[in-house]
Amino acid sequence: MGLQQFWFLLVAVLFLGFFILEGFDFGVGMLMVPLGRVAKGDPEMHRRAVLNTIGPVWDGNEVWLITAGGAMFAAFPGWYATVFSGLYLPLLVILVGMILRIVAIEWRGKVDDPKWRSWADVGIAVGSWLPAVLWGVAFAALLRGLPVDAHHNVHLSVTDVLNVYTLLGGLATAGLFALHGAVFIALKTADSVRDDALRFAAWLSLPVTALVAVFGVWTQLAHGKAWTWPVLAVAVVAQFGAITLVWGRSREGWAFLLTTLVVAAVVVLLFGALYPNLVPSTLNPGWSVTIYNASSTPYTLKIMTWAALIFAPLVIAYQGWTYWVFRRRISAEAIPESIGLSRRAP
Amino acid sequence: MDALDVSRWQFGITTVYHFIFVPLTIGLAPLIAVMQTVWVITGNTAWYRLTRFFGKLFLINFALGVATGIVQEFQFGMNWSEYSRFVGDIFGAPLAMEGLVAFFFESTFIGLWIFGWTRLPRLVHLACIWIVAIAVNMSAFFIIAANSFMQHPVGAHYNPATGRAELTSIVALFTNNTAIAAFSHAVAGAFLTAGVFVAGVCAWWMVRSHKFNGEDARTMYRPATILGCLVVLVSAVALFFTGDTQGKLMFSQQPMKMASAESLCSTETDPEFSILTVGTHNNCDSVTHLIEVPYVLPFLAEGKFSGVTLQGVKDLQQQDQQRFGAGDYRPNLFVTYWAFRMMVGLLAIPVLFAMAALWLTRGGRIPNQRWFSWFALLTIPTPFLANSAGWVFTEMGRQPWIVVPNPTGDQMVRLTVHQGISGHGAGIVVFSLVTFTLIYGLLAVIWFWLIRRYVVEGPQEHDSEPAPPAPPGDEAAPLSFAY
Repeated sequence: MGLQQFWFLLVAVLFLGFFILEGFDFGVGMLMVPLGRVAKGDPEMHRRAVLNTIGPVWDGNEVWLITAGGAMFAAFPGWYATVFSGLYLPLLVILVGMILRIVAIEWRGKVDDPKWRSWADVGIAVGSWLPAVLWGVAFAALLRGLPVDAHHNVHLSVTDVLNVYTLLGGLATAGLFALHGAVFIALKTADSVRDDALRFAAWLSLPVTALVAVFGVWTQLAHGKAWTWPVLAVAVVAQFGAITLVWGRSREGWAFLLTTLVVAAVVVLLFGALYPNLVPSTLNPGWSVTIYNASSTPYTLKIMTWAALIFAPLVIAYQGWTYWVFRRRISAEAIPESIGLSRRAP
Repeated sequence: MDALDVSRWQFGITTVYHFIFVPLTIGLAPLIAVMQTVWVITGNTAWYRLTRFFGKLFLINFALGVATGIVQEFQFGMNWSEYSRFVGDIFGAPLAMEGLVAFFFESTFIGLWIFGWTRLPRLVHLACIWIVAIAVNMSAFFIIAANSFMQHPVGAHYNPATGRAELTSIVALFTNNTAIAAFSHAVAGAFLTAGVFVAGVCAWWMVRSHKFNGEDARTMYRPATILGCLVVLVSAVALFFTGDTQGKLMFSQQPMKMASAESLCSTETDPEFSILTVGTHNNCDSVTHLIEVPYVLPFLAEGKFSGVTLQGVKDLQQQDQQRFGAGDYRPNLFVTYWAFRMMVGLLAIPVLFAMAALWLTRGGRIPNQRWFSWFALLTIPTPFLANSAGWVFTEMGRQPWIVVPNPTGDQMVRLTVHQGISGHGAGIVVFSLVTFTLIYGLLAVIWFWLIRRYVVEGPQEHDSEPAPPAPPGDEAAPLSFAY
């Protein structure tokens, strides 16, 4: 395997980490308010229980994206330049969503006021829905190809980004993250929050399966390779396994492992279908951005390889430890009291 | 305005905005680590309360620094894609390493620190904040190493076959003298910012609680004020020396920037340092120097008081035209001249405040002067303004270059902002500029309100005693804190 292939794989791994970890973060943000609405008891305690399942970890999860972006820049500057300038507006919306989500999560509990919290909840919901949909749209648009010219610049028209396939991709990722998040909440909570989350997961599982299946098969037929068929098969089997478990209302640990596997298989399918292109050109296949014409020099790739081989395992180790430290289930009843200040000084 | 102007405004606004919050993060994390260490070692609960108090302020600030940092990483590709293509082989490496080596650490361990107060053994929990403190400073190094490549490209050569700049030595990139000087200078500025923040807030509280709670003033606010003031004074000395080093490097590496900062039109031997000028600053000739001081400028440039010839803007412009072709190679004179003076001048206020505070608290005294508590509050914004002015100076001063050619390096490793920009229409960039500005404005208001609210509230009741560590296997308390 050459360095260019290795770095394509590594960027894929970083996105894999991002979609798996931030995937359930997004799902938690999407389901927090609905789960509060169906709660028996104080909806605020339920919302807090849900939000705090990702409390200690969401910030670290997000760095997978930052590092994926940095790795694209370092290893494939041509890819980074073409995609980030080409998909300018979708990325702007993703950025706005992420900014709102970060400050909303961190500031939500800082003021003890229902209105303040409901605004924060809007920020968390918007900041979770927008990226969850738009990452699917963006990857689907990439697979479909963009009007890349001979100089690797993109002059985008609306239909390149918004069409049936990309919208289906957006719904598929958003749905998948919602399901993944629901199962994660069930795994991390106790009592009534857990029951509600399992119920949500069961409801979500059928439409999500349909969306992911149609998007997966479409992707495979239009862009897939022979070896991505088994990947799709893994996704399908894992998805049905997950459905069975969430309908059985038990074994959410295994269900979570299975939804993780589905997310992973989808990412592998997307990157596998893309390879060796990075941005296929719809104008002229010869103008496509590929891992060969967009990559950095062997020297830079070698240095980055050392950095990645040393630090990536370390990151996985201490992030894994964080999940171990906060492994206990959270319930709406046992959550620590909010220590936010009142809106005005007494 | 064309797309270039709008893109530059967007980069300027998003970067200056990002760097309002970042210095406080960089400087305050180590200070909080020190406070917590003192508590863990001595068991003195005053330092526990300070840790909790400043920890909350730190987190309010940290969120906005992180949120605006993502924009920084994305917009090189979004708005400066030609630049990204040209230097990606070099510039991408420190950005990716920042994520891998530093940002992962700080984001993961800050979560452990916030939620782990009673879940982790005391020393492990203390280690978490130290890891955060070290990682935020490492972040600063990687980002400034990347920026320093734009100021003074080293470790790279131009490949005519690909038309791009390529990395030849990562060691040269990370040992760039400009990077080391700029990093030390920026970190010293960050420590000064945090020192002023801690000292300002605590001095205000010390005066405030003088009457009704002398105990808190004596055991908590006075030591913290002194700690902050010492950090301010040490940082100020560090700023002076690192700034001096940086200045000397700039005189040789980017003479145009320094000539602009001095409004030095023509080449002169032993020019005088200008303190006040009037004029439109549209060009050199519209500037009238009112107050000037001898000896300073030769010393800034070469460390001696006379016999130094400095090139003026006009001569440098002519030289640049000969070397790089027709074009305007002069940065905005007004901005560089005044940003430089603002950065240096604003340093005086924190130093005066720190000395006043140390004098008033000498020998166990607790000050109760009203003017002093106002002085404390009004000092807090000054380092923030100085930080911004410093970056405005250093970034505006390299215009029109996005990568300033290295006088002793590969002359082809250079790029103007005009060449570096993405091919967007002005409209789409105006749209994103307006979007960012509105959101950033709104969030700045909330940030300020939150910080003010928490400062005025002071250390809270529930933080008066450290919570006992959770018993092992305690299912009822899975978290020691919750959002």
